[in-house]
Amino acid sequence: MAARKLSITGGRLIDPAQGIDRIADVLISNGKIVGIAEFSSDNVHDGYEVIDAAGMIVSPGFVDLHTHLRDPGQEWKETISTGTRAAAHGGFTTVCAMPNTDPVQDSASVVLDVIRRSAADGVVRVLPIGAVSVGQHGKQLAPMGELADAGVIGFSDDGNPVVDANLMRQALAYSVEVGLPIINHAEDKKIGAGGVMSAGLVATRLGLAGVPSEAETAMVTRDLQLAELTGARLHIPHISTVGSIAALRAAKDRGVDVTAEVTPHHLTLNDEWVFGLKGVIPAQVGRESYDTNTKVNPPLRSRADVDAVIEALSEGLIDIIATDHAPHAETDKVCTYDEAAHGINVLETAFSSVFELVGNSKISLSRLIESLTAGPAKILNRDLGSLKQGFSADVAIIDPNSKWVVNPKEFASKSANSPLSGVELTGRVVRTIYQGETVFDMVTSANSGARA
Amino acid sequence: MTNPTTTTEASSSTGSAPAQVPAPDEVDATSVVRKHLLDLDDLSVAEITELLDSAEGMLEITGRDIRKTPALRGKTIITMFFENSTRTRVSFEQAGKILGADVINVTASASSVSKGESLLNTVKTLQAMPIDALVIRHPHSGAPYFVSNHTDASVINAGDGTHAHPTQSLLDLFTVRNHVGDITGKKIAIVGDVLYSRVARSDILAFQKMGAEVTVSCPNTLLPDEWKLGSTLGDETGFGGLKLACNVDEAVDSADVVMTLRIQQERQDAGHLPSLREYSDRWGINAKRLALANDGALLMHPGPMNEGVEISSEVAHGAQSVVEEQVRNGVAVRMAVLYKLCAPGKSTRIGGGDEAQAQN
Repeated sequence: MAARKLSITGGRLIDPAQGIDRIADVLISNGKIVGIAEFSSDNVHDGYEVIDAAGMIVSPGFVDLHTHLRDPGQEWKETISTGTRAAAHGGFTTVCAMPNTDPVQDSASVVLDVIRRSAADGVVRVLPIGAVSVGQHGKQLAPMGELADAGVIGFSDDGNPVVDANLMRQALAYSVEVGLPIINHAEDKKIGAGGVMSAGLVATRLGLAGVPSEAETAMVTRDLQLAELTGARLHIPHISTVGSIAALRAAKDRGVDVTAEVTPHHLTLNDEWVFGLKGVIPAQVGRESYDTNTKVNPPLRSRADVDAVIEALSEGLIDIIATDHAPHAETDKVCTYDEAAHGINVLETAFSSVFELVGNSKISLSRLIESLTAGPAKILNRDLGSLKQGFSADVAIIDPNSKWVVNPKEFASKSANSPLSGVELTGRVVRTIYQGETVFDMVTSANSGARA
Repeated sequence: MTNPTTTTEASSSTGSAPAQVPAPDEVDATSVVRKHLLDLDDLSVAEITELLDSAEGMLEITGRDIRKTPALRGKTIITMFFENSTRTRVSFEQAGKILGADVINVTASASSVSKGESLLNTVKTLQAMPIDALVIRHPHSGAPYFVSNHTDASVINAGDGTHAHPTQSLLDLFTVRNHVGDITGKKIAIVGDVLYSRVARSDILAFQKMGAEVTVSCPNTLLPDEWKLGSTLGDETGFGGLKLACNVDEAVDSADVVMTLRIQQERQDAGHLPSLREYSDRWGINAKRLALANDGALLMHPGPMNEGVEISSEVAHGAQSVVEEQVRNGVAVRMAVLYKLCAPGKSTRIGGGDEAQAQN
């Protein structure tokens, strides 16, 4: 790693793990954090190359607990190379790769291959997640011990919920020994059979089959009971309903070892976006309706659900933000809504979209950054997500005033499936440093995007 | 293909319609150049009325010995049916042919769709040929909207998933209007599979737009979750004023029109119903139930009927049934739609004795 020394000077340093929010300098050497120094305008740190961060927010690099890199198996949608570059563009220096690859990450050999290729082709840290069951088929437990030894940070059959309640019970119980969480896609698929968006008046108006929010709540409730029974660690991905949040609160009050994440899109978009007018309700269904880039699982929910997840994140009941970055090719989205693949391309818009919540005073900036840094690092139980001395020098530098219009064609991601296309956002990651090296710099990047 | 026309051109196409000064809203309607018919929610009352008026002339043409006009001569219409259909497909084909258009029928099973070609590529392929209108039926809601974004041709929705079936609604309006005159204030009872029925959705919108009071009745399993039995929907639903009857007798009571919808075996298989027998017992329209409606109430069904399930044979073919009339009117209404979309700027009315003026 880099032998050179860097000083990021004069920025507003926010490091929730250390309770820091002040103008200060970050000193980096050999890819590690040396320490935090007081800023003064004539202060020159001897031998350090200076990055001027005046007017910027300086944050620990973001940690994403839920990323689909599509590699191996669907390299036309994303690869380790493009996916980690997309992460860098979004300020993420660690991404946890979901195992629904082909082959599935259900054996040490596949996991070790992902780790090896990530070190070679990736520009940020990739931590694999192992499957709960062999082939993600929900029949037989994957070799969780072997997977843990290979380096996975948790287990998930993401996309496929573990339907069999007894298998879920056994998975939770078995995971206690290795101490890693089970991340179960919470959806009772029977309740909303065939549904392609959230049930409600928008779905009814569009004639699209709806999934009631209770499909999620029912599964969350079951999983919480089983986590309580086994004493295991449960992590609830992309929580999105009022009912799930109530169940989560009750379980945390009882002392269940549970954490939860929410996505940027469930914090900022609702089911009215399916009308295709960026959240405006039209007088009649129009040709822009059925926006397939809004199709995602769990589906975009009601306004009440959005308000509830924001509040729960703000108070810390929902622990973290995770992207569920789900790249899809154009052919997966230029089709009817029923045919379209589920998933949104999130990494490069994640921070900017949720930063709006700070502007609207719905969440504090330090809590927002905690949910992207110290929060996920705590779930991973690793020395990440902070600028503490000796930690990897992973940093995101943010221009809080930069206005930009999302143009998915300019994404570093291989895919462009974003419902935010054409939307103006405020606040943007302008530079990302991973292990002391700049892996994204908007000034020099060819993919810098349109600046308004 | 696209033939934008101005208000001036539209009104100056001479002497076709009866030589009376049109009401202001009619002027508004005829000046609208409509490219697509995707649902009725974006049509004004005047525009719907204009189409129904136009269909009257078309109906006269369909009754002639020689059923042919050259109104759409040289136009090409493609029907693309991705679902099975008898009446709608034949109806569109006949409508186009009577108007003199060339009609080409594409069915999914006999096209490149069966080779895995995507809807986008199928449309792009057809689009590369000179065509004026695409009539599409598709099992996915919104498919005609999607298609309309990828073709220069006019797109006509012939039924999309569980969303809409606008020409069915136009023919239902037309049929009712021919019997009762003004639809305003009339009570329409729709009985059947509301959750999965595109006919129900479009008919609710259409009859409400024309001033009727619409009530539906069906098993609670076949209503959207947010629609509560015994309530009246608010405007935020897009179906404001729709009454959700607690039972079928309440819906049919004092109705001017009773419309019953096809119930499918698969609803029983998916657990929506205990059995078709119980459905028939509790929601089937029979002579006893029909007697609760107003004297002379119309009995309608969009077809195909399951006689003995949602409708008893006795009433299906009884004096109050207008089921076959609906089919006959379907041709006239679809002629009106094709003429409106494919011959913009022309008179909106042909037939009914005005044939001479209609021939360009």
